Amino acid sequence: MASAVMNMTTAALDWVSVAFDAPLARAVVFGVHIDGHLVVEVLLVAVILFQLTRKSYKPPKKPLTEKEIDDLCEEWVPEPLHPSISEDMKAEPPTLESAAGPHTIIDGKEVVNFASANYLGLIGNEKIIDSCVSSLEKYGVGSCGPRGFYGTIDVHLDCEERIAKFMGTPDSILYSYGISTIFSVIPAFCKKGDIIVADEGVHWGVQNGLHLSRSTVVYFKHNDMKSLENTLEKLTRGNKQAEKIRRYIVVEAVYQNSGQIAPLDEIVQLKEKYHFRVILDESHSFGVLGNSGRGLAEYYGVPVEKIDIITAGMGNALATDGGFCTGSVRVVDHQRLSSSGYVFSASLPPFLASAAVSAVNYLEGNPSVLTSLRSNIALLWKGLSDVPGLTIGSHPLSPIVFLKLKKSTGSSKGDLELLNNIADRMLKEDSVFIVSTKRSVLDKCRLPVGIRLFVSAGHSESDIRKVSDSLRRVATTTLAEHL
Amino acid sequence: MVRLPYLTALTTLFSYGLLFAFGQMRDFFRRLIDWSKSKSKDLKGYAPICLGLEDFYTRRLYLRIQDCFSRPIASAPDAWFDVVDRYSNDNNKTLHRTSNTTKCLNLGSYNYLGFAAADEYCTPHVIDSLKKYSPSTCSVRVDGGTTNLHTELEELVARFVGKPAALLFGMGYVTNSAIIPALIGKGGLIISDSLNHNSIVNGARGSGAAVRVFQHNSPSHLEEVLREQIAEGQPRTHRPWKKIIVIVEGIYSMEGELCKLPEIIAVCKKYKAYTYLDEAHSIGAVGKSGRGVCELLGVDTADVDIMMGTFTKSFGSCGGYIAASKEIIQFLKYTCPAHLYATSISPPAVQQVISAIKVILGEDGSNRGAQKLARIRENSNFFRSELQKMGFEVLGDNDSPVMPIMLYNPAKIPAFSRECLRQNVAVVTVAFPATPLLLARARICISASHSREDLVKGLEVISKVGDLVGIKYFPAESPKLAEQKKNL
Repeated sequence: MASAVMNMTTAALDWVSVAFDAPLARAVVFGVHIDGHLVVEVLLVAVILFQLTRKSYKPPKKPLTEKEIDDLCEEWVPEPLHPSISEDMKAEPPTLESAAGPHTIIDGKEVVNFASANYLGLIGNEKIIDSCVSSLEKYGVGSCGPRGFYGTIDVHLDCEERIAKFMGTPDSILYSYGISTIFSVIPAFCKKGDIIVADEGVHWGVQNGLHLSRSTVVYFKHNDMKSLENTLEKLTRGNKQAEKIRRYIVVEAVYQNSGQIAPLDEIVQLKEKYHFRVILDESHSFGVLGNSGRGLAEYYGVPVEKIDIITAGMGNALATDGGFCTGSVRVVDHQRLSSSGYVFSASLPPFLASAAVSAVNYLEGNPSVLTSLRSNIALLWKGLSDVPGLTIGSHPLSPIVFLKLKKSTGSSKGDLELLNNIADRMLKEDSVFIVSTKRSVLDKCRLPVGIRLFVSAGHSESDIRKVSDSLRRVATTTLAEHL
Repeated sequence: MVRLPYLTALTTLFSYGLLFAFGQMRDFFRRLIDWSKSKSKDLKGYAPICLGLEDFYTRRLYLRIQDCFSRPIASAPDAWFDVVDRYSNDNNKTLHRTSNTTKCLNLGSYNYLGFAAADEYCTPHVIDSLKKYSPSTCSVRVDGGTTNLHTELEELVARFVGKPAALLFGMGYVTNSAIIPALIGKGGLIISDSLNHNSIVNGARGSGAAVRVFQHNSPSHLEEVLREQIAEGQPRTHRPWKKIIVIVEGIYSMEGELCKLPEIIAVCKKYKAYTYLDEAHSIGAVGKSGRGVCELLGVDTADVDIMMGTFTKSFGSCGGYIAASKEIIQFLKYTCPAHLYATSISPPAVQQVISAIKVILGEDGSNRGAQKLARIRENSNFFRSELQKMGFEVLGDNDSPVMPIMLYNPAKIPAFSRECLRQNVAVVTVAFPATPLLLARARICISASHSREDLVKGLEVISKVGDLVGIKYFPAESPKLAEQKKNL
C-alpha cells in the first residue's frame, strides 16, 4: 500500500518535472542553461520586488478642513483676563498729602512715617531741592530720548563720575529706574549655559533678572555660608570646562525680605577659592553701612576691587530715583551696548541726576548723619525688645528693622491679615504709619512675612519712642487671642 | 514697505563682508600679540566676560563709528540744543568731552509736542510740587509712595485715554516687563508683531507663556496664526490654550508706520483673543485731540482690552501707564511686581504730566494744546512730502511724526551723521541690531516746537548731505512737475 502511494507520488513528480522541463529542455539563454527551478526563482524574485514597491499601510493623515478649524475656534472659550476680585484685592494704601519725610500728613492728620526708606533724612533737604530747581529750569523734566540718541545730558556724565569717585571704582553707569538696574545687569553678563548661585531670599527684581538670563540658577539657603560652600563645591567638582563657562554669585547687601546682612568677607573668600564672580545689590546699604557710607565693602574692610559688579537703586538713601552699576572699565563699557534697560529706554530725568550728585556731596561732607542713623536703629531695637508676639529678625545694623510673628498662624495669608490689622490700627489710633511686607503672586521667595520699619536719620527720639510704645500697645491687644 | 533694489543689496552685503574680513584679520593679529604677552594672573581660572564672536560686532564695527552715537548735550532737548564736542586720541576707542558746545537743530529727540524744555505753564507747577513733595517718595506705591498727585494723574490719564481706570509706573520699559507676566503665564499664548519693542519681548519671555510672531502689520497673517494655534492647542499635549493675548504697537518707532488697528481688532474679536496696545509713540502725538491711534483710526477704546503708554515722548516727563477696566486695574494693583516692589514715580514728574495733559485738553485756559497738535501734524506732513519730493526713500504713514530715511550701506551711516553735524543739524542714525542688517536708516522725529524756518533749514542741509552721500534712491520730482501740481 505504502509503496503504491510512493510509486504514484514519484510518477506525478516525474511528470511535473518533465512538463516543466519540456518546453525549455533545449533553451539556452545568454549561455545559461534554463532549468525549471530558475523559472521558480525568477518568479519569486518578481513577487518580492512587487511587494517592496507597495506602500506600507499607514492610516492616512488627514489635515483639518477649514470647517473643522472653524468649529474648533467657535468652541474654544478663553479664561477671563483677570480672576474674580476678592476682598483683599480691594485694599488701597493710604494717600500722602505732603512729602514722605519723617513726619507726613495722611487724611489731614500728621503722622510719624516709618514707611519710607529715607535713611539719611534727605527728603526736604534745602540744598538738594535748590539744585533740582536750577536743573528743572535749565533742562525741563524729561530727557526725551535713550542714552544712545541725544538723551545723554552732561549731568548724567557728571553723576556717573561722582559716584565712581565716591565708591573708589574706575567707572559707573546710570540707569533710569531702581528696579530695572538689577534685572538689566544680570542678563547682560549671564547667558545661556552659565552658572549662577543665588540666595533664596533675593527680591523680585533679581529673580526676574535670573529668569531672563536663561542660565542655570542654583539657590542656597538664605544667608547660610555653609550652604553656599556646599553648593559651590558640588557645582565645581570635576568640572573641566572652567575656561568657557562664566560663574556668578548673586547676593544682596541688606536683604529687603528679611533685613539680614550678607557676610561679605566669607563670600569673597569662597569666591576666590572657587573662581566665581560676585554681583552685589547694594540698594539698601549704599549710604548706610561703612564709616563713610560707601557700602558693604567698606563695612567689612574688603577692597572694593574684589567685588566684580556692584549695583544699587538710588531710591533709598539718596532720596532720588534711578540706579547705578559700578565696577571695572570692562564691566561698565560692556553694559553700554548690551544692557537692555540702558539701551532701549529713555534716560534718567536730569533733575534726578543732579539730586543724586547733591546727595552724594552731602553724604561725603556730613558723615555724622550716619552716626545719628545708627543711634536711632539702636534706640528702636531697645524699644522693641519687649513687644509681645513679635520678634526682631534683622541684623542689628540694618536700617530695615524686620519684625516677625513669634508664632505663625500657619499660612502666610493669615499672618499677613494679622500684621495688616496691626498696621491699620496703629495708623488710626496712634498716628504712626508702618507697613507690612506685601508679596506678589509672581514672587518666588518663601521667607516669612513680617512688618518692616524703615529707620531714618531724620527721626527724633520721641518718634522712635512713639512707634515702640504704639506697637507694644496694639500688638498686645491684637495678638492676645492669637498667642 | 521697504523696497531694496538689487544693486544696493549687493553693495551693502559686500561692504559688510569687507568689514567682517578686516575685523577678523585684526582679531587674528590681536590674538598673536596677546599670546606672546603673558596673561595677567588675576583672570586665571575665570572665563572672560565676552568670548570670541560674542562682541565682535561691538569691537570691530561699532567702535569705528562710536562718535555718531551717545552724543552728550548741554541744554534741554528742545528744537535747538547744544551738542557737546568730543575728541578722540585713539581712533574712536575712547571719547573725551570738551567744554565746547555747538548749537544744532534737533531732529532726533522724542519731543513731539514740545514739552521738553521749561514750559510757561508746566514748569512753575512742577517747581511747586518739587518744593512740596521732594524729588522722591523713597517708597513703593503700595507702602507709603502714593501721594495725592499719583491718584489725580491716574484719574486724569483714564479720562484722557478713554478707559475706566489707569495705573502708573515709574518707567515705560518696566511697565511692559512687569505687566505681561502678571496677565498671562504658563499655558497661555502671546502673539506679537514681528517688529515689537524689546520691552515687550522681555515681558513676553519673562511671563513663561508660549510666544508666536505674526508678520508685521498683516491682519491676514494674524488670522492664519490664530486659526492654526487655536486648532492645534498647546504644543505636544494639544490641550486648549488658557488665553491668547495679541500685542501690537500704535506707531512702530523704527518704521514710522501706524498699526492697522481696526482690522486687527476685528480679527481678535472674531477669535476671542485679548488685545494689548502699546502707544508709546502715538499717545499725545496723533489724533485730533491727541488721544492716540484709536482716535485717529476711529476705533472704540472699549474694544482694546489693555492700553499702555509712556509719558517720555509727548509729555516731556518719565514713566508709563496702563489703562483698562476697573477690575483689571484692581487685579494688577494686587499682583503686579512693579507696583509692589519698585519706587513710585517721582512727584514732580507726575505734576509735569498733569500740567501737560491739561494744556493738551485746553483746561489751562488757553488753546496752546490745540495749536501744538495742529502744528505737529502740519510739520510732519510738510517734512515728509518735501523729503519724498527730493528723492529720498522715506518710510512711514502720513500724520506720523517719525520718518526714517533709508541709508542701507554701512559706510553711509557715519558719513550722513557726521556731515549733518558739521552743518549743525543733529540726526539719529540706526543700524544693526536695532534694525535688520541690510536696512540701516536715519530716523527723523518732528516736534511741535519746530518752526517752518527750522524745517526748511533742516531740509536744505539734508538735501545737500544726501547728494554728497548718495542716498537719493528715487528720482527727484522735477521742478516742472511741481509747478504743474501747484497750478492744478
